[in-house]
Parts: sequence; C-alpha cells; structure tokens
Amino acid sequence: MKYVDEYRNRDLARTLADAIRREARAERSYHIMEFCGGHTHAIFRYGVQGLMPGNVKYVHGPGCPVCVLPVRRLDDAVEIAEHHDVILCTYGDMMRVPGTKQRSLIRAKAEGADIRMVYSTLDALKIARDNPERQVVFFAIGFETTTPPTAVAIKQAKAEGLQNFSVFCNHVLTPAAIAHILGSPDVQETGAVQIDGFLGPSHVSSVIGSRPYEAAARLYRKPVVIAGFEPLDVMQSTLMVIRQINEGRHDVENEYTRVVTRDGNTKAQSLVNDVLEMRDSFEWRGLGSVPDSALKIRDAYQFFDAEKRFEISQKQSREVKSCECPAILRGVKRPSDCKLFGTVCTPENPMGACMVSSEGACAAYWTYARHQTIAEAKAKREQKPEAVA
Amino acid sequence: MNSVDTSARFRTGSVDMTHGGGGRAMAELIRDLFHRHLNNPLLDQGHDAAVFQPPAGRLVLSTDGHVISPLFFPGGDIGCLSVHGTVNDIAMGGARPLYLTASFILEEGYPLADLERIVMSMARAASEAGVPVVTGDTKVVERGKGDGVFITTTGLGVVPEGVDIRADRIRPGQLILLSGTMGDHGIAILSKRENLEFETEIRSDTAALHGLVGEMLEAVPSIAMLRDPTRGGVASTLNELATAADVGMVLDEAEILIRPDVAAACELLGLDPLYVANEGKLLCICEASDADNLLKIMKAHRYGQDAAIIGKVTEGSAGLVQMETGLGGMRVVDWLSGEQLPRIC
Repeated sequence: MKYVDEYRNRDLARTLADAIRREARAERSYHIMEFCGGHTHAIFRYGVQGLMPGNVKYVHGPGCPVCVLPVRRLDDAVEIAEHHDVILCTYGDMMRVPGTKQRSLIRAKAEGADIRMVYSTLDALKIARDNPERQVVFFAIGFETTTPPTAVAIKQAKAEGLQNFSVFCNHVLTPAAIAHILGSPDVQETGAVQIDGFLGPSHVSSVIGSRPYEAAARLYRKPVVIAGFEPLDVMQSTLMVIRQINEGRHDVENEYTRVVTRDGNTKAQSLVNDVLEMRDSFEWRGLGSVPDSALKIRDAYQFFDAEKRFEISQKQSREVKSCECPAILRGVKRPSDCKLFGTVCTPENPMGACMVSSEGACAAYWTYARHQTIAEAKAKREQKPEAVA
Repeated sequence: MNSVDTSARFRTGSVDMTHGGGGRAMAELIRDLFHRHLNNPLLDQGHDAAVFQPPAGRLVLSTDGHVISPLFFPGGDIGCLSVHGTVNDIAMGGARPLYLTASFILEEGYPLADLERIVMSMARAASEAGVPVVTGDTKVVERGKGDGVFITTTGLGVVPEGVDIRADRIRPGQLILLSGTMGDHGIAILSKRENLEFETEIRSDTAALHGLVGEMLEAVPSIAMLRDPTRGGVASTLNELATAADVGMVLDEAEILIRPDVAAACELLGLDPLYVANEGKLLCICEASDADNLLKIMKAHRYGQDAAIIGKVTEGSAGLVQMETGLGGMRVVDWLSGEQLPRIC
C-alpha cells in the first residue's frame, strides 16, 4: 500500500538498526520516552525494541487519551448517561474503561443506558438530528487530534440550532503534559524516571505543529523529535534523538515532515480557538493536576456544554487500589511491575484504562509480549520477599 | 391461489404475526416461498422432519446461527452466508456435507420481497454446493424483537474413510497453509454499517469450501487439521488451535496476503486484518512433506488461488502464536480481546 509499505520496509529497517547501533555509544544508555500510545503500539506490533541495541530503551509515555482521563470524569459520563435519560455518544475505546467499582459505559449500556459508539462527531450530530425529542451528549475525549472535530460539531450544532445536542468536553493538551513530566520530581529529584529525549507526538503535531514543544525542550534541555507512527518513522526518529544526545543538542526536530510543519494546521487551530478555551488546570490520571493542560467550551457556546446543561453530582471516585496505571503513565513503572498485570487485570477484565485502550501500554504488553511480561512480573513477585528479608 | 397473486403479494407485502401462527398464512408462506425456491425431494415430502437412510461412515453434525447486519452486503447476504457457514463447518470436520436444515426467525414488518431475495440466494448457494435444505422451521417475532431475519442452519455430513481431522493431531514440524487473502468479509460488512459507510469495491469472500476440502483430502487424507478463520480472524483461530494442541506456532507476516483495499480500510480504522472475519477461507495444518502438494491443489482451485504456506508448528511456548513481522522483528499474535475498536488518536 502506497505511503504505508515504504515505512515498513525490512531492508531499510535493518539499515536503520545498524545506524542506531553505530551511533549509540556503548558506555552509556539512552532512555527515550515515546509520548504517544501510537508509538508504543508500533514498537510492539513490529518488534522494534528487538531491533535496538540493549542500551537503547523506550520509556512509555502518557499519550493515550483514554488512559489519562481521570476516573472521576468517566464516572460523570456514566452518571449523565444513566440519570438524565440522554443518548451518550462515545468513541469505542472509552466503552470498556472501568470507572469507580469497575463500572464502565458498556456495563451501564447493558443495564439500559442509551450509549452509542460513534466513529466521528458527525455521527453524534446525526443522532441528535434524528432524535429531536432526546438529549444527545457527545463524550469528547482526546488530544489535539480529536479536538478540531469537536469544535466543528459545536459550531455546526449552533449553526443548525440543534437544541438537543451538547458536548462533555475532556480535551487535553500534549505540550503541557510533556513539560509537566520533565519538571516532575520523578525526573528532576528522585530519578525514578530517566528520560534522555522524546519521540514527540505524531498526529497531534499535524494539528499544533512542532513549535509548541520548543519551550520545554529548551527549558529542560531534552531533545524532542516529532515522529510518525510507522515503524521506520519510530526508528529514524530514535536515531535522530540519539544523535542529538551525543552532540549535546536539545532541539525540536521533525522526522514526520510529510505531515507536520512547524506551525501546524492553522485553520484547525483557529477553529478550536473559536469554540474552546484553556482551563486553569485539569486532573490527569497519573500526572495529577496539570495547569493549562485542557480545554473547555467558551461562554459563547456554553449552551452546548453538557457540564452546564446537566447537573452532575459531587462524588467520591476511586480507582482500583493496586492498579499501577498512574505510575505507568508517568513512565515510573512498566506493566510488568504491576502485580495485577495478567493475574486479575486482563483485556477481558480490565482494572485500569491502560489495559483497555489499544494505545495503552498494558494492552500493548499484553497483546504483543505478554508471555515475557508475565514471566518478568512473576520473577519480580518471587524476588520481593527475599529482598525484604 | 394462483402464482400471479403470490408474486404480487411478495412484491409489496411484509411479514406479519399470522406468518408464524400455524394457520393458512404460514402454510402459504412455506409453500410459495420456501418450498418453491428450496425444492428438493426430501423437502417436498412436506413433513416437519426429513426422513432418509443414513450413509455408512462417521457422521458430522454442526449448527450455526446467523445474525448479521446489514442483511445484504457486497458479495452476499444472510441467505448464502447461512448455507456457506454451515457447509464450511461440516467441511472443516473433514466431511462431505449431505443435508442442511434451516430455521428462520422473522421480524414482524420485514418486507416479503427482501425475504424472497434471501431465500432465493440461499437456494442458489445450496444448489451450487449440492447440499439440499431438507427441512426447516419458521417463527415470527414482534416488531422490535428481532433484526429483520435470523437464520440458523444445521448440517449433516459424512467423513470419508481414512480422514481424521483433530486439533490434537497437530504436531511440531507441521506446516500451516492459508487459502487466500484475509479480512475481506469483515471489511465488506463494516463498509456498509450504518455509521461507517465508505465507498469500496471490497466484497465478502463468502463461499462454500467443501469442494476445495474434498480435493485436498483426496490427495492428502492425513491432513491434521482444517479450520475456517471466521469471527476473530486467523489470529484467534490459530490461538485456539495452538492452545488445544499444546504447541507453539510461528507465522511469517510476508506470506499472509491482504488485499490493498482491505489493508487500507484496516489502516484507516485502526484494525488488524489478522483479527477480521473471513467466510470463504481455510487454514490447513499438515505434514511438511505434504505441504507443497497441497499448496498446488489449493492454488488450482477457484477458492484457493492465493493460497500460501504462512507458518509452522513449533515445540515449546505452548499455546503461543508468534509472527516474524514484515519489518524483521518478532511479535506475539494474541487472541482477540473483546471487539476490535477503532483508535482515537
């Protein structure tokens, strides 16, 4: 397939692997955080880690929109669906994510809530048009990639005068998350996470461009290379990060030039800017409260804001206690460090979002490397009592 | 009632509760629609049960419920699918299919003209396969309690002497053959789903594979295992077999064919074609020494033209299916978890 096969070519992969092996200095290690779940997925699906020398390690980042949504917001969505007799439209990935007491949208649906999986905001608008007597809420989640379609849907609803449509807005922003991780005690103080450089977001950067990462790269002196989601993109970008590290540079470079520019898609940005504005701060799963990291609906469009249209109760939301998703999202732990992985937590019975989403690190480990991961986890569990003694 | 009246009614009428009520309306529907199109001597006996002399040999019995949305899709419909599905289940047992039964659950209000199209398609598939539908049943459910038409078919077949298809005959060293491209059916269906319509030439691969299986078994009766990778795709099917036989498997991604348009649709939707359903493909596991011969036979058959040896059965790592990726790395090919869902980012 044109524009895909070229980026999965075996000979080029071998050439790149050789170049990385030559570039990576034996006396040091390279810890590269791939921000996006799409990268994590490519690394596992194509066996990229296996082609890397032993001192080049990928640290999985928080770039899985389903994973970083705090349980509280999911509980709110379930409540909207159950208590306000609405049609709740959601992207498929969100359906099986467990909320407080393992309550997920799919379970609420089975018990009678009208929850529909959609592939785009246009589907949600159509459902609203087709059901004028019902309230239709679009559960908007995702990074900057999915934000423009949400903005378009709200504008369209206003233009059409769709009275029964609203959006439960949970859009989050990647540059703030990258800066937050780099400035966190895990990286700056305790050294719990070693990050020498970043593979920067792929689809997200097609919208926002590469410029927004420049401040963090400069401030924290870490190289960022915007990387496509194909395996050769990941490998080429890895080589570029390693080169920067070796040369003592910390620039934002762009490997994904076939899609990403420095300024991004300005039309999409201005659409988003028309409809949405910055929240002071937003709770991220794993990262905690991150300032300037999420968007809300502007007052001019507040009629379409589900948070204003429906009364949402204050509630105690709780994650499963031993679930290590939060630490995994910060790169502090790996799925094999979680004692629930592969024992009580499986894709069929997920305890945390990272096991649900195809972009989640736990799901990637489970799908592509679970035998090894379970063996590692078991070995760790067996080691622990001795370590204490 | 003459036949002109009947066809007029089928053009404009719809299923109502009387069609399942056991009275005259039901008798007419059975006579003028089911019997008329599916006719064969056993069905024409007109009993609730078909009576026949069992053939010699081991018998294979299989049943399959068909619920599909949409009912008509590129390359087929629920009618032919319900014949192919059960004929294939019988064939994968190594058997020659003999007879089918069909049970229809119809939703009140369903257009009779569409029902007739379905029954005609079923009749054509049964006739092409040479496997008659010998008895059946019709029920009607109230509007809103069905999805148009559900069809359950049951098939009976007989296993030729010397053939023994069982997962526990899968052994390390054997090779895995696949009869053609992956994912055509699943993507054809998805392309017509209400909220996901996209323009494509992709057609379902729905087909009856007993002819192909018959030729393969005639040449190599010692085939260890046959299976059609339907729901869950080739990945889930091989996981099931690897677990059942307590063996490992290693596949070669480069040998697994995927049509470019299917691959493109999968890329766009974030689906892995190895998990997408097929309805006219088979997996065969055989001794390495028989593989080339079988491959030749498969390639010569209309339903096996794109056949390939896609991997081998290995010792150790029991239940684990791995694949050398096109890129040269190794990955695990796991069971399908839940349903494949499109990605967000």
